[in-house]
Amino acid sequence: MRFRTLNDIAEICREESLTISELMILEQEKETGQPKEEIVARMAGYYRVMKEAVRKGLETETKSRSGLVGGDGRKVNEYASVREPSVGDWAGKAMAYALSVSEVNASMGRIVATPTAGSCGIVPGVFVSSQERFGWVDGKLVQGLFSAGAIGYVIANNSFISGAEGGCQAEVGSAIGMAAGALVELRGGTPEQAVHAVGLALKNTLGLICDPVAGLVEVPCIVRNGLGAVNALAAADMAMAGVRSVIPSDEVIGVMLEIGAKMPSEHRETALGGLAQSPTGRKLTERIKAAKSSERTSG
Amino acid sequence: MRFKHVFSIIGPVMVGPSSSHTAGAVRIGRVARQLLGRQPEEAEITLYGSFAETYSGHGTDLALVGGLLDFDADDERIPEAFAEAERLGLRFILKPGSAGTMPHPNFAKITARAGGLEVSVQGASIGGGNIEIYSLNGFDTGCSGYYPTIAISHEDRVGVLASITGTVSRSGLNIGFMKLSRKERSGAAMTVVESDRRPDEELLEALRQLPHVEKVSVIDVT
Repeated sequence: MRFRTLNDIAEICREESLTISELMILEQEKETGQPKEEIVARMAGYYRVMKEAVRKGLETETKSRSGLVGGDGRKVNEYASVREPSVGDWAGKAMAYALSVSEVNASMGRIVATPTAGSCGIVPGVFVSSQERFGWVDGKLVQGLFSAGAIGYVIANNSFISGAEGGCQAEVGSAIGMAAGALVELRGGTPEQAVHAVGLALKNTLGLICDPVAGLVEVPCIVRNGLGAVNALAAADMAMAGVRSVIPSDEVIGVMLEIGAKMPSEHRETALGGLAQSPTGRKLTERIKAAKSSERTSG
Repeated sequence: MRFKHVFSIIGPVMVGPSSSHTAGAVRIGRVARQLLGRQPEEAEITLYGSFAETYSGHGTDLALVGGLLDFDADDERIPEAFAEAERLGLRFILKPGSAGTMPHPNFAKITARAGGLEVSVQGASIGGGNIEIYSLNGFDTGCSGYYPTIAISHEDRVGVLASITGTVSRSGLNIGFMKLSRKERSGAAMTVVESDRRPDEELLEALRQLPHVEKVSVIDVT
């Protein structure tokens, strides 16, 4: 890859008059030796899985393995059809879709890790709702996934994308940055604006810990996906309006690394701290463990 | 760079809920299936660390059994893997291992048997659905599972490695990584060869015909 930083991306795009997604596809061709058609076809397949997960979450009964969560995406979607959501109709859709995909994940349905399974709702929430809203063809969104991938590639290689390594800022935070930057490109913003959107978004999730109840990708992960999709829309809007990330986006990624490295292990996916160890979090953990052991003795 | 390209960020397509506890677990199970080279009749799965703590809620148990049935990480039959195992005649035991020092928090050992053959695999799920294979049949192999891999069981004899590399190179396959491991001098040995593309049947047959070679398997879970 010719780029290591978001600044590299913005510079190459400016000098060679490329969009971020065009640059990502060119670099992917070089890295893997596969032709463009093959690479784009693979991504198109991924986008189909994302759309299918949105649909499945809205139309079927999603109940997580532990029984803790399920059906919230559908609730938000139904609410949005009878009342005007306070965040507006389209942010309400993005939120409902992101919740749905995360619930499909928790119920052992098929999803695309973007960048991880724990944060798999945000990119589809933003992409699928924006497609309906603006009437875009699938191909445009498939292109947009390359721009999300380029941003994620920089974050992953300069910081981290797993909760076990860097907390939830690394998972949900990265996904919000990826969705925000990609949305700027989809809506006709410049690569530079897209890069600012990433920095604006990431600053809002810095320090976010990974504290899943009973260690499961359910509470609070699913709700964070729903809220994350709304944040991505907001960060894209600020950047398109000309708001700049005063601390350059690459430096924000560096700060994510610094914070994640110092984060106590209790707050990095071990379920030994945070919400997982709240009074209710502990009670739910006990209940899930008890159900598990009775299942084992009866089986 | 830890992450090589766009599909290590967008992807894999997988059955939830956790890329490390579910998708990675499927792949470890599948390594055992492919090493055996056929549908196992019996399997013993031992879970360690975070796998042992949270396997039920993440479906790690279903994922490992699904892998033994040769399911891919996105196979929607994974939630029903136990019923499928029964239907296909796979008997399995699943148990937590003793809490000791395992090389990785998400670690599993699998022993699988069929038709008088037995194989064993030790593997870790290292995040994002990626795995690391620590050992095959008790040999310290240390391969990544990122690439199609040929696993060759052979005797520890002069010239075996040269005949393997010669055969592989004549087939036009580029070797990206390889490792030979033996249990004792002049005893049993295992060589693993990672390559950029899947080896064809002709090459595998040629390897099987080499002197002192006992078994050749292809592991491809990418």
